[in-house]
Amino acid sequence: MAVLTEEQSMLRDAARTWTQEKSPVTAFRKMRDSGAELGYDPAAFAEMAEMGWTGVIIPEEYGGSDFGYLSLGLILEETGRTLTASPLLSSALAAASAIILGGSDAQKGAYLPKIAAGELVATLAVDEGPHHNPEKVALAAKKGGSGYSLSGKKSFVLEGMAAGLYVVSARTSGKPGDKEGITLFLVASDAKGVSRKALKLADSRGAANVTFDNVEVGADAVLGEADKGGELLEKVLDRARAGLAAEMLGAANQAFDVTLDYLKTRVQFGQVIGAFQALQHRAAKMFTDLELARSCVEAALTAIDNGAPDTAELVSLAKAKMGDTLHLVSNEMVQMHGGIGMTDAHDAGLYLKRARAAEASYGGQSYHRDRYARLNGY
Amino acid sequence: MADFGGADLDAFRTEAREWLEANFPPALKGKGGMMYLEGREELSGDAAEWKKRIGDKGWGVPTWPKAYGGGGLEPAQGRVLQQEMNRIGAWNPIGGMGVMMFGPTLLEYGNEEQKKEHIPQIAHGEVAWCQGFSEPGAGSDLASLSTKCEDKGDHYLVNGSKIWTSGGQWADKCFCLVRTDTSKKHEGISFLLIDMKAPGVEVRPIKLIAGASPFCETFFTDVKVPKENLVGPLNGGWTIAKRLLQHERSGLSGGGGGGGGGGMFGVGGSVPSLAKTYVGVDDKGRIVDSDLRSRIAAHDMDRRAFQLTAMRTIVESRSNQGPSAATSIMKNAGTKIGQDQAELTLEIMGNQGLGWEGEGFSSDELAAVRGWLGGKATTIFGGSHEIQNNIISKRILGLPDPVNSTSN
Repeated sequence: MAVLTEEQSMLRDAARTWTQEKSPVTAFRKMRDSGAELGYDPAAFAEMAEMGWTGVIIPEEYGGSDFGYLSLGLILEETGRTLTASPLLSSALAAASAIILGGSDAQKGAYLPKIAAGELVATLAVDEGPHHNPEKVALAAKKGGSGYSLSGKKSFVLEGMAAGLYVVSARTSGKPGDKEGITLFLVASDAKGVSRKALKLADSRGAANVTFDNVEVGADAVLGEADKGGELLEKVLDRARAGLAAEMLGAANQAFDVTLDYLKTRVQFGQVIGAFQALQHRAAKMFTDLELARSCVEAALTAIDNGAPDTAELVSLAKAKMGDTLHLVSNEMVQMHGGIGMTDAHDAGLYLKRARAAEASYGGQSYHRDRYARLNGY
Repeated sequence: MADFGGADLDAFRTEAREWLEANFPPALKGKGGMMYLEGREELSGDAAEWKKRIGDKGWGVPTWPKAYGGGGLEPAQGRVLQQEMNRIGAWNPIGGMGVMMFGPTLLEYGNEEQKKEHIPQIAHGEVAWCQGFSEPGAGSDLASLSTKCEDKGDHYLVNGSKIWTSGGQWADKCFCLVRTDTSKKHEGISFLLIDMKAPGVEVRPIKLIAGASPFCETFFTDVKVPKENLVGPLNGGWTIAKRLLQHERSGLSGGGGGGGGGGMFGVGGSVPSLAKTYVGVDDKGRIVDSDLRSRIAAHDMDRRAFQLTAMRTIVESRSNQGPSAATSIMKNAGTKIGQDQAELTLEIMGNQGLGWEGEGFSSDELAAVRGWLGGKATTIFGGSHEIQNNIISKRILGLPDPVNSTSN
């Protein structure tokens, strides 16, 4: 655990108390069983906004507290522990980052206060295929009149059904795969020509495929500079990845704690199964990986707060190491629980499903290993 | 990383900088490195003078008490001194097991006479110590050791043998675990200091899979040891041994000093840059073998994660959080990364990475082979990988003592 300021400690303690008391895994299970299309409980999200969590990275002049990414990461770690589903990551971290980093004063004034208040859910609409690949953008933005016309599809848009605003990556020049020629647009979900379809995913979180059919936007919908959106998008995605890694850290630690507890209580052959060395050494391996991954996640969040030059590599490091670790722990959670871990009544399956979805979001382990190598010049 | 501390530390930095400039011979810049791995060589000329100067100043062991020849510095000052030494390429000629393991342990458990006799000698680098712990029949199960120590009234009489006595052929003295009570296991062990030049001590070097090694077998035949060489109470040696092993492990992980993750074996130069040279790159500058490239990236990331964790343990232990739980993982994580590096290096070098000696191979290539083999020891000594996992399971995770079998 990083050394925290007093404010950060208070924030974390508040998040721990609230998630344990108001949003335990049973709450997630209830939401899932209700079949809620949004993939989260709006009342719970309103409480989170009430506590200021949706404004943690937003400047004070726009209604936030400007506590930074490590602070928001601490909250996400706690929500990750209990699998709390909400647009906190997609909206209050990812989309908010896009507007903070790339937005004009007018755009910031129009959207950030609403995001900070939890009134508006915004999200990134970036990927177009089964794999995260932010440069492979085909969705076209054609210049016409005083603005642009957007046509194309975005897939696996997180909180895509709840969102009132999309941060859309579109191609204004070049071809799919080029980093140049990408432009980010702010598009309201109720704009003419936008349609969306809910996806039912294994992890029961909210996601949608979104279609843009000749959606007309003004020049003031451009976020940042036209054709130069690729660089801005990388910065935004790095913030989203680090935040997601923090959520994964919480989920992995909780999955491990629950499993460790089971090793200490489940009796077979006349002893607790935690007395078997084969299981002990696998537990020690998981603990080792969790400690290493924690260092990476905290370093990535801190690097973002400090504007460190190696932020991008640290983020890819964090997302990949955290992905590997959560992958391992979520599998071991099922295996070490044995038959009970295979039942829907047990939480193990919920962590396993969330693990894979979180691993894939904003780039999986192989994506980030490749990116780490590229960033380091090999 | 940011500097910690305020004006006092700045003042000390100035003091350290001035002293180093006045005393470190510039001709020795960057020449510290490997000198102690090659065996025990007497230093001469500038190096001998430098050793005397830093020894007299106490800065070879900067945080040890002044009363016993140490520098008496606060840990933060010790770090500043290290930074200042790194800055000008200065190196510490005072080292070895006396500094790393025995000294800190004796400061904690020795009596006043023992500390006065031994600590200043270590602080000046005058006496080389070796470790007499493992025996042919007592490896991971160290407490089953059987080297016999009998009370003969005015002296102890020691009979038995030790193995893996690193540096035994060069050592002046040995800190040794001996059995003083055969009716008990852990409570029958004492911590004894033995003069390696005493009659009845015989040392035989051991040849390892990597060739010549600093490791030895040591035989004790009717060796007389003065009574005052017992450290701590009779039969109370196990507690002291455990403390000493903690010092050993924190040194072996390569993490304590903020170093690079098990780099004590193997060649210099980064794995990716070696691969670019030996394997080649495509038109985008990527290592052409994509499978190898991916494994190199994974290793590179493991290394970075280890370094970040080493830094985190330092920052956490400096704050009021107490010792970091992450410390317990450092030996296994660090040694695994070191071995991965050695394996990758060999694979990257291809057939050039399989030379044993002679022409046709660069010195780096030959060193890679020896380093790869030598490095296999890192997950065996100092508490094997499996023993470390036992320790994590029991002490950190709170799991019960392991049982051996099921109904099968």
